[in-house]
Amino acid sequence: MTISPPAPPSTPTPGPDAPPVAVPDAPPATGAPAPRRTVAGRGFGGIGSDRARVDGPAKVTGTAPYAYEQEVENPAYLFGVTSAIAVGRIVDIDTTQAERVPGVLLVLTHRNAPRLRTKLMGELVVLQSDRVRHRGEYIGAVVAQTPEAAREAAALVRVRYDDEGGDVDFHADHPAATVPKRGAAGNPREEKGDVEAGLAGAAHLVDATYTTATEFHSPMEPHPITALWHPRPGLDPRARRLTIYEADQGPIATQLILAPMLGLLPNQIKIHSPFVGGAFGGKGMPHAHVMLVVLAAKLLAGRPVKFALTRQQMFATVGYRPPTAQRLRLAADADGRLTAVVHESVSPTAKLATFVEQAVGITRVMYATPNRRTEQRVVPLDIAPGTFMRAPGEFSGAFALETAMDELAVATGLDPIELRRRNEPDVDPDTGKPWSTRNLLACLDTGADRFGWEVRTGRPGERRDGEWLLGMGVAAASFPASHALSTWARITFAGGRYVVELQASDLGTGAWTILPQIAADALEVPVDLVDARIGSTGLPVAMIAGGSMGTYTWGNSIIAAARAFRRKHGPLPADGATARAQGRLPSGARQFARHSFGAHFAEVAVSEVTGEVRVRRMLGVFACGRIVNPRTARSQFVGGMTMGLSAALHEAGHRDPRTGHVVNHDLAGYHIAAHADVLDLDADWVEEFDPYVSPTGAKGIGEVGIVGVPAAIGNAIYDATGRRVRDLPFTPDKLVG
Amino acid sequence: MRPFVYERATDVADALDRAGDGAVFLAGGTNLVDHLRLGVRSAERLVDITRIGLDEVEELPGGGLRVGALVRNSDLAAHPALRRGFPVVAQALLAGASGQLRNMATTGGNLLQRTRCVYFQDVTMPCTKRDPGSGCSALEGYAAGNAIFETSPRCMAVHPSDLCVALVALDAVVRTTGPAGDREIPMTELYRRAEDGPETDTHLVPGELITHVDLPPLAPGTRSAYRKVRERASYAFALVSVAAALDVVDGRVRDARLGFGGVCHRPFRARRAEEALVGGPADAAAFAAAIDAELAHARPGRDNAAKVPILRNTALAVLAGLADEGARS
Repeated sequence: MTISPPAPPSTPTPGPDAPPVAVPDAPPATGAPAPRRTVAGRGFGGIGSDRARVDGPAKVTGTAPYAYEQEVENPAYLFGVTSAIAVGRIVDIDTTQAERVPGVLLVLTHRNAPRLRTKLMGELVVLQSDRVRHRGEYIGAVVAQTPEAAREAAALVRVRYDDEGGDVDFHADHPAATVPKRGAAGNPREEKGDVEAGLAGAAHLVDATYTTATEFHSPMEPHPITALWHPRPGLDPRARRLTIYEADQGPIATQLILAPMLGLLPNQIKIHSPFVGGAFGGKGMPHAHVMLVVLAAKLLAGRPVKFALTRQQMFATVGYRPPTAQRLRLAADADGRLTAVVHESVSPTAKLATFVEQAVGITRVMYATPNRRTEQRVVPLDIAPGTFMRAPGEFSGAFALETAMDELAVATGLDPIELRRRNEPDVDPDTGKPWSTRNLLACLDTGADRFGWEVRTGRPGERRDGEWLLGMGVAAASFPASHALSTWARITFAGGRYVVELQASDLGTGAWTILPQIAADALEVPVDLVDARIGSTGLPVAMIAGGSMGTYTWGNSIIAAARAFRRKHGPLPADGATARAQGRLPSGARQFARHSFGAHFAEVAVSEVTGEVRVRRMLGVFACGRIVNPRTARSQFVGGMTMGLSAALHEAGHRDPRTGHVVNHDLAGYHIAAHADVLDLDADWVEEFDPYVSPTGAKGIGEVGIVGVPAAIGNAIYDATGRRVRDLPFTPDKLVG
Repeated sequence: MRPFVYERATDVADALDRAGDGAVFLAGGTNLVDHLRLGVRSAERLVDITRIGLDEVEELPGGGLRVGALVRNSDLAAHPALRRGFPVVAQALLAGASGQLRNMATTGGNLLQRTRCVYFQDVTMPCTKRDPGSGCSALEGYAAGNAIFETSPRCMAVHPSDLCVALVALDAVVRTTGPAGDREIPMTELYRRAEDGPETDTHLVPGELITHVDLPPLAPGTRSAYRKVRERASYAFALVSVAAALDVVDGRVRDARLGFGGVCHRPFRARRAEEALVGGPADAAAFAAAIDAELAHARPGRDNAAKVPILRNTALAVLAGLADEGARS
């Protein structure tokens, strides 16, 4: 039997029903645009145009082939067997009953699993020994003709353990708390000035502890994967081929990590991930199930093996945002100017794979202060590993910092916006470099006008609607515009159309839609003539969709490729003309501190009776460089704000204190905001062009939208009730009694 | 999931004939199908009873209602006679689940839904309700959702229904048929306490089928309401809930009915509070004394103590609202 891997999906092009792209009668004014802007501009549907999603019709009609819907011949289905203890040894694993279930093809355990060549990534070292490292870890798998048979058989695998207990309970004063190695999450500890002097001489001091909860990405699409080892044509190991269909934030991460672990060269692994049903950081790196499926498929070479996690399993092995306990001290003089800032955070990490929720980073860039100390510690526990979740670090840190700033505003009697104005830094407090662009004050002022901030009295309890106390809050946001290395793009002219190719990934964010806009702009052609091919290995190597870097990093390389294309082929290229290029950091960029900024405004109602909190209105105003597509950008901002609202009011994974597994492991138990919770959210932005992040003028927008949202809501709760809640989420038990 | 046989009953007698031998009645399936997937429950045969009738609401002489066991939650909540005479029931229905689930869920099925205790739904953890004799994981585990009334170390779970809280408060009667003939069971006696043995939720016997729920009439002038507290505005089980009916004549309470949800192994009838209310003045001090008389018997644990003040506030607000409503009319 031969199975040829299906070609990468054809590029979704706008069909006849797609909204037309407006082309004005007159060419756009050529006046004197900023030097780096290209003149084709908006008239051709390029950067700045309100373009509808090209993949929208396919998605809403169910025809977009997500990883689990990729058609493969004669698939087999896997279901994982997971450990019931946190730490220990498997004494016996009895697969007899499981093997008897009709349709079972393979029962995989550590006894028969293929050996890995390296332990490059601890989380992916599955079925290599009898050790159990956390509850819910994969200790086996069943592959069967149907998913039902696989699941039934998996439940029949009998395991005897030597249970060694385990340390699973996180608390801030855990004796094992330690400063992680530099590199695990930037610099874990830094100090400047004389902090003790700054604290001692303060007119006002805020000293409080803030906690954030364990959060789960919970994308709609549950980490599906299909893996196929092609039948080996001979004994030459270089002839081995592995094809994987999965949902990831960029195929290169899975390819480069799996290859050495499996003893393959990267180009022996093909990965297709054309559509991704939500990721939020959880699909940035491969997780244990990927290796589980790959190992099972290796024993069934020639047969594609499929697996999609259950919702419960998504709370066990694909990562989460670790909780934090943060002590923040803000000292200020009589005028509210900061004299010292101390931010200390501690969070759990898994013993088997260190991930640090770096909460203190944001405090190094947000406000001016002569004296500052920040320190990040971790507590290694016998739990599953955490991972990046939308604005990792900044989300958690901003809750503490922006709530503390509100407390300082109360202490000083200043309006919270005025307090931030007085502490606005001229240069980056972290590096001392000037800002590439920083328009936080413009965001605050624009937002205050639009939101009606003047209605706020600053005196809790004054505004009410029946039993509901009303209040308004504000918080600032930032997220770094980091530089990703080594991203390439290729542009080819064929059949009268341009194709832009690179390993970008569309997580529902709009990459399919906006990458052609960037290319159209740079090529000076209408966007309708440009297609994209993304989401597969074999395309030019690119940065994954992560760190809010996708659009400007990919855009940078697309613009470079377009310029190379025009240099090489001119305005009238021959059919088949092609060019590729690497995007480079704009010259002079390293002299600047580069960040996105934003301001969130929230109005809440808090029931005096029940303690229930309802967010009546929210507005976010952002300064994120040039907005490539206002429609998809607004969706990113509002999506981030919604996720922040959800974190503020609902989200908390609860661990069993004995085993460390998440007990509310489904969407009935782990609440995320329902439609009824999201009443009136709006996002806006200030005009900005940042030439030092990339020639697109854009900065990142995917993560800054969530940063600071819980603080804005919590500050509004204080304004309504006079109660300061420092622990997320803001549930009724914290507001009654 | 184990393979099972699916059968469709044609009428009540046919359904009863098909009972036994590992058969389970399937109505809306909103809870049962989840349990089959999770391994919480298995069935050799599913007997679909959604086509056996029992899907009408009948107005009884004297103002009562007879609700067929297979009337969908959405249809019942929208029924004019229910909305007119029993607002507490309509409000309770609409506070439950989501629109999609209410379109599927039935009246009888709602009465028989199982607890959402996280340990009950996780087959890898001990749970005596699911696996008799295995113990209660919620005692030393995640306990924020635990019961505060009629608590027992045998099982700390709470009943999840909204509808049942209203039905218990209104002295609704469950009509059943089964191998031993027809029965009428007051809602207040349908459910077992945790102490009675949490392995089964109700006093129904195997093969017994709920056919109707009767709502006895309330005295003219009685006001009723349901209020559910939850941090998510929709699609969430109750942190606590209150069903109340209040008949106030000349400033004094003639009749009071109170049910509490989210606080007990069964839908909880607050009889001590009712006794304290009846005959007394319809004012805030009397309401507070009555609710406190009930709450004196609450036994919160380390993680669920907030249920007490939230329940107190909510019950007082509901009673005050009903008294105001009556006074204004």
